[in-house]
Amino acid sequence: MQFDISIVVAALPALLQGARLTVLITIAGLTGGVLVGLLFGLMRAYGNALCQKIAFAYVEFVRGTPIVVQVMFIYFALPMLLNVRVDALTAAIVSIVINSGAYIAEIVRGSFLSVPRGLKEAGLALGMPAWRVLAFVVGPVAIRRMTPALGNQFIVSLKDTSLFIVIGVGELTRQGQEIMASNFRAVEIWTAVAVLYLCMIGTLTYCLRRMERRMRIL
Amino acid sequence: MSTMNGHMVQFKKVTKRFGTTTVLEGVDLEIGAGEVVVLIGPSGSGKSTLLRCINALEQIDGGDLIVDGISVLAGPKKVREIRQEAGMVFQQFNLFPQLTALENVAFGPRQVRGMTKADAEALARELLTKVGLAERVNHYASELSGGQQQRVAIARALAVRPKLMLFDEPTSALDPELRQEVLRVMQALAEEGMTMVVVTHEMAFARKVGTRLIFMEHGQIEVDGAPAELLDNPPNQRLRDFLQHVE
Repeated sequence: MQFDISIVVAALPALLQGARLTVLITIAGLTGGVLVGLLFGLMRAYGNALCQKIAFAYVEFVRGTPIVVQVMFIYFALPMLLNVRVDALTAAIVSIVINSGAYIAEIVRGSFLSVPRGLKEAGLALGMPAWRVLAFVVGPVAIRRMTPALGNQFIVSLKDTSLFIVIGVGELTRQGQEIMASNFRAVEIWTAVAVLYLCMIGTLTYCLRRMERRMRIL
Repeated sequence: MSTMNGHMVQFKKVTKRFGTTTVLEGVDLEIGAGEVVVLIGPSGSGKSTLLRCINALEQIDGGDLIVDGISVLAGPKKVREIRQEAGMVFQQFNLFPQLTALENVAFGPRQVRGMTKADAEALARELLTKVGLAERVNHYASELSGGQQQRVAIARALAVRPKLMLFDEPTSALDPELRQEVLRVMQALAEEGMTMVVVTHEMAFARKVGTRLIFMEHGQIEVDGAPAELLDNPPNQRLRDFLQHVE
């Protein structure tokens, strides 16, 4: 069997459209995931007993179930339970928000708690309120410490979008699958899909590396 | 307010426990403005805890503790006022690693005194010059020696314009040759009339700079008096033993 590049060229517009949707879901999902992760991570690290329990339950629930089950639940089960309509793209984005949020919460908790206690005391000793110490003393150090793990999670989440093939979102993997189903050129199509994922993740890695170089990890 | 009775710090039967261990046992102590009190004692005697109670980094479990006319029990807002009047210098320096020396010193006045960036940096430059680090303003903590870091930390505490300075073993993490540069800065501060409470094992400093020496053991003040007198003629066996171990 021969690799026919014209197959790839013909499929490229549709694949790029899929890649665009993949990027969109990833960016929207991770933006929400970072916010949710910060909230629940800080709740677990510094919250009262109730906050800690809620955050713990959320993290355990998400980590204890596969993301495919989560998105199926959001797309098929939730509309029946709440009597609302959820379109596939929204379900995909919400899944990434909820799923990455739980993992990011653990990253946030770990990095905030890894900052030496002396820094917090130094901030408090200046007479700052506790929340300001968290935001301006501990936070900047913690954020630097979380970048490697956060980068890892960003990559995992980007790849997780391929699982949304199960709810019919036209992201990159789904586009590839559809083209393949009509022309049966598995080698060309899946090679092209793989290369497109590599390009997206390569760009992400490059950005993360540049960011890390600009702000030394402390 | 503090001058009404002349006391900058007043311990009234202060008790502090960690779990089931009593670290301070009904401590009574009054420190007047301008005093340089040197706290010594074996490890676990409660000297660091006593110091950390003054700016409420440790909460007292019994009695009362008045700093510059404010009780440490008066709630978070009042505690922040106390902390702004009582600068603290730590054994491990605890400089903010993401900031330069200048930014470390300018940080406090901007955060708690509402100073503008320009004013705070001018003040920081002045204080860093005073501690002999005019050339190092743009260095990060990781680019400074331990002695330099500790001098930045002293400047950082001074930048909030405190009335009282607390030193928790400020030279214990330093090599002998670096200790002197920190001790010289502390001596200069004492000569300007700053009220100071210093936990240390530097007996030469206690003798030369201290106006008062307190020996603690088992969470209580065992001996309290003039440094030279106590060091030359320790009034009890326990202090005599302790001094032998230190020197």
